[in-house]
Amino acid sequence: MVHLTINQKPVSVPEGTTIIEAAKQCGVHIPSLCYMKDIHKFGSCRICSVEVEGAKTLMASCMTEVREDMAVQTNTQRVRNARKVLYELLLSDHSKNCLSCSRNQSCELQKLGETLGVTETRFKTDSSRQSIDTSVSITRDLSKCILCRRCVTACNQIQGVGVLNAQKRGFDTMIAPAMGLPVSEANCTFCGQCTVVCPVGALRETDSTARVWQALNDPETRVVIQAAPAVRVALGELFGYPPGTSVTGKMAAAMRALGADDVFDTDWSADLTIMEEGTEFLGRLTRYINREATVLPMITSCSPGWIKYIEHYYPEQTAHLSSCKSPHMMLGAMAKTYYAEKSGIDPEKMFVVSVMPCTAKKFEITREEMKRNGIADVDAVITTRELGAMIRQAGIDFCALEEEGFDEPLGMSTGAADIFGLTGGVMEAALRTVYAIVCGRNLPFENLHVTPIVGLDRVKEATLRFENVLPAYREFEGREVRIGVTSGLAGAKQLVEQIAHGTSPYHFIEIMGCPGGCITGGGQPRSEDPKVREKRLSALYSEDEGKQIRQSHENPSIQALYAEYLGGPGSKKAHELLHTKYVKRGTFEFLTEIPAEKSFKAAQETRGQHKPQRLMGDIETVRVKTLEQENERLRDELAEMKETTDIYKQVISDYTGKGK
Amino acid sequence: MGKDILKMLAADEEEEQKLEQISNVIDLYGGKRDSLIQILHLAQEIYGYLPLKVQKFISEKMDIPVAEISGVVTFYSFFATKPRGEHTIRVCMGTACYVRGGKKLIERLQDLLGIELGDTTPDRKFSFEIARCIGACGLAPAMMIDEKVYKQVNPNQLESILARY
Repeated sequence: MVHLTINQKPVSVPEGTTIIEAAKQCGVHIPSLCYMKDIHKFGSCRICSVEVEGAKTLMASCMTEVREDMAVQTNTQRVRNARKVLYELLLSDHSKNCLSCSRNQSCELQKLGETLGVTETRFKTDSSRQSIDTSVSITRDLSKCILCRRCVTACNQIQGVGVLNAQKRGFDTMIAPAMGLPVSEANCTFCGQCTVVCPVGALRETDSTARVWQALNDPETRVVIQAAPAVRVALGELFGYPPGTSVTGKMAAAMRALGADDVFDTDWSADLTIMEEGTEFLGRLTRYINREATVLPMITSCSPGWIKYIEHYYPEQTAHLSSCKSPHMMLGAMAKTYYAEKSGIDPEKMFVVSVMPCTAKKFEITREEMKRNGIADVDAVITTRELGAMIRQAGIDFCALEEEGFDEPLGMSTGAADIFGLTGGVMEAALRTVYAIVCGRNLPFENLHVTPIVGLDRVKEATLRFENVLPAYREFEGREVRIGVTSGLAGAKQLVEQIAHGTSPYHFIEIMGCPGGCITGGGQPRSEDPKVREKRLSALYSEDEGKQIRQSHENPSIQALYAEYLGGPGSKKAHELLHTKYVKRGTFEFLTEIPAEKSFKAAQETRGQHKPQRLMGDIETVRVKTLEQENERLRDELAEMKETTDIYKQVISDYTGKGK
Repeated sequence: MGKDILKMLAADEEEEQKLEQISNVIDLYGGKRDSLIQILHLAQEIYGYLPLKVQKFISEKMDIPVAEISGVVTFYSFFATKPRGEHTIRVCMGTACYVRGGKKLIERLQDLLGIELGDTTPDRKFSFEIARCIGACGLAPAMMIDEKVYKQVNPNQLESILARY
């Protein structure tokens, strides 16, 4: 233990603790901006500076580890002044159109200004970065970026993708893909983890609410809305509920209040996914056991960020992916065929909206494979955050809503579907059904939970043994199935590397693109609660346990769908509507489209969808700007020199004065 | 995998040879992350400059995200991402040269060369840059073409100076 004092209060903390954490333990709050406990420690903003006795300069408390007998002051005039100046410097290069920013009132920079009591902005400069880069999933507004580099950590360390990094230097520094390319051309997976950590409005999902409002306002359009499992355990946070509160009933009511004609549940199609994916896995396993040609391990395909990742970085391994569409795509496909036929609705007049915890789903619906005869399975994807925004815009008092249910026939679901939203859940749901099909009885785990794959570890594994199987599955007797589960793309890389090297020990792998699964997806509410993953996770498990039916194959509504429409799982019709293909993208896409010589200037000029008011590429402007900057610098230099001369003059006059 | 990338990236045989050479340099350094700057330095010598294509090649070979490599390349002014000209013109913009008309030299050169600061003429003859101070303040305004210093340059002399190259 290390003993120190913070504001004269004695504290003892373990070695290696930073000052900011030690302060928390004795009830002292140090304002900070770029720091995120256990996630991002970079010391770029210096807002958390404190005074340490004996140190010449102020120290960033998020970076400085405690030492024995250290005396720390967090609240002196010097510290408060320094923080204010630092804050004003950050503001000097930040676009200040807060009132029309999507992060208005939820902006960490804004909140910090209030905490610090900043009431003026004394430093005026030109803005260094002005371009806006819009892709189908993610929008970057560099004029708002404060260079905290949280997104760089999320993209590089946490996800291991490395699309974003700091480019150029000094005043010109910007966080961007290589050579300032737009994200849509930089092999970005659109997982959206960067949009969750961004403290300001620089990184966010690309807005789809306008399109959804348009559909809702059109009386000719039949709007079908659906919500993913993970949405119901996070949406409440946007309306003041503590993390981990399930708001399923209110969510359904709110979607209906927004004006949707049909309120369906992605859980329903999660059950359908299990039927298709389980059948596909049994097929591959049977061929494997009979020594026929097949590809194992099979990997789940529900997470579009993960899909785009493998297509870019491991295009040779896409045969391992299950051919199943993700659940919301299946629901879209069923709504526009089965449901449309059943209710006599023209599928062309139907507009399917998916509320997803995910930004990559916005890209997924634009894929060619997800359209039939020009009709997209799903027309718009909004994130959990966007649904919250729409509910507020509509003036719906969310907390006061009476709980309602989903509409039939695409609304009924089992507990297995709820856990699709968390890491290990798709696998557990699949195993419940696969085991029941092969052995004719329930999965031999307490409460049906495959305990070894429950939890938030990066890689989890389990073995399942088939014993006393049904006669139809005689060849499975005594066989063991090894399963692997991971979430987050860094974990995905680890498991796919094994496959690429032929050392993968698994038969069946579940991969979700975001760490923890969809509960902490790129479209989920931003949370300050460090335990948010655990809380949302247990909320989804309770949803599962609260259902009467907890195995997908027992869902009567799904059974009816197969009987009435699809035939059986894996049938020709099912394949046509519910399965998909993958694209071998590789990582060279951007080279073929953009001449290598393309400069930042040109990239900004031609690629940014919105032209900045003052064009960076405008030759005159650039020249004038360069010279102006130079002028400014020289003026400063001159002022400094004058000051020095004055000091010397003073010194000389002092000396001559003394001489007399 | 190295060969595949080579073929995919190289437009012609000459380029393939250059990339092959860069590949050898990377091997020479054992592909170590810590040696990235040295490798980029040598790659620039081989290829002449470091366009996205070369960065991408190094990224694949060394398993470092291309955004990180581009971050290093754009950080250090020594690295060029555009092809360089045969001769480099550097107009001094140190304090003395600036006050004595360095700015006018730049404006005139931009007109004469038809390019912006930092660019290279289409015939690849000149690259045009500014220097912070070349230590010839007594000769202001000064400029350099390659290693030769031109003193007290008058914008009207520029045309005849350029004609010598």
